[in-house]
Amino acid sequence: MPRVRFTPNLERHVSADAAEVPGATVREALESVFGENPRLRSYVLDDQGRLRRHVMVFIDGNQVHDRDRLSDSVGATSELFVMQALSGG
Amino acid sequence: MSDRLHVATRKGLFTLERRGAGAWAIARTSFLGDPVTAVLDDGRDGTLYAALNLGHFGVKLRRSADEGRSWDDLDHPAFPQVPAGGLDATPAPPSVSQIWSLEAGGTKEKGKLWAGTIPGGLFVSTDRGSSFGLVESLWDRPERTKWFGGGYDEPGIHSVCVDPRDARNVVVGVSCGGVWVTENGGESWECRARGMFAAYMPPERRDDPVIQDPHRVAQCPAAPDVLWVQHHNGVFRSVDRGRQWEEIPTVKPSVFGFAVVAHPRDADTAWLVPAVKDECRVPVEGKVVVARTRDGGKTWETLRRGLPQEHAYDLVYRHALDVDGSGQRLAMGSTTGGLWISEDAGDAWSLVSANLPPVYQVRFS
Repeated sequence: MPRVRFTPNLERHVSADAAEVPGATVREALESVFGENPRLRSYVLDDQGRLRRHVMVFIDGNQVHDRDRLSDSVGATSELFVMQALSGG
Repeated sequence: MSDRLHVATRKGLFTLERRGAGAWAIARTSFLGDPVTAVLDDGRDGTLYAALNLGHFGVKLRRSADEGRSWDDLDHPAFPQVPAGGLDATPAPPSVSQIWSLEAGGTKEKGKLWAGTIPGGLFVSTDRGSSFGLVESLWDRPERTKWFGGGYDEPGIHSVCVDPRDARNVVVGVSCGGVWVTENGGESWECRARGMFAAYMPPERRDDPVIQDPHRVAQCPAAPDVLWVQHHNGVFRSVDRGRQWEEIPTVKPSVFGFAVVAHPRDADTAWLVPAVKDECRVPVEGKVVVARTRDGGKTWETLRRGLPQEHAYDLVYRHALDVDGSGQRLAMGSTTGGLWISEDAGDAWSLVSANLPPVYQVRFS
């Protein structure tokens, strides 16, 4: 099963433990995580279920292409990493 | 009189307490490092609410039943999700990017809250913020598509005034989208901006009610038909709950600014914080002043005692001026982290801090 990890910066606000979850796409994998940890959803996705503008997701080190539907494929041994884009001051 | 003040800033929420005449001190810090865009201390049941904008991680709403010692993470107001396939629509389906105003409902409406957001959604909760619903009767108005952003990319609702006599009467201010009024608790809405004008717009749109930019709407609690507006184009006042607006051109030293507050009992008294003009948002001549009228806007006093009068470039955002229930205590916070309090209706001000993060809102409890 793919493994999903989150930036440690999220821990300030919400529990975001790494997890091995079922899923063949980014959407399916993230939904599996949110099923276990519903509070985490709104930190990663916006009202419409799109990736928040300043959140990035990598699959095995590659940035996802489909930020709205999250349809990028995820392999059985893939590692997803959810992090924040760098901005602010 | 209020002895407690909440200060929402770009990097946290600070709660101050009065320790003696003119002596205010920070008693509690919450959310240090996180932008707090709105705060509400609900006098009906003592609940404290804070709206956060975590930037990367989005809008959040927190609630405290113990005056800020501990906070619950609530579901924030959110737009309904569009059906699958709707994500490609133009304009893109909405998502709340900021909670810009949080207000309590009427005294008999325990647990009812209003939340105004960017992009222009008004939300209502009847369960102390545990859940919110979009006020579709306003969102679905065809004129809403004419609203546009002012300062932010998208339009936003920054003012929600609930009539103390009858909580079904609610006045909403939109930048840039005019002033909207319901008299039936939100079942239907009317845009009331007649008399306002926007000289910066193309001439044919100058008087269009639904593109007006009221920066802030203030209602006199004792005379709720009296409304004050600091508009992008000047200052306006209405004595008939927005049916007709009268320009107030006499404000000194300028008619531009963001904040306005109304006296809790005297319909003729209000305070503003003027700045140079829209393309130069600093105090006139580098001197921070507050403008006060006591005669309904006919004449204005310029109050400056205790405020910086040399090379001061503090701007006071639309929610960063407040008056307490007595009309005697005022608080004012600036974009450069200055916080001042007056205990004599603005005649004299005391500096509480010059080093806070940029202030988004000050609010007496």
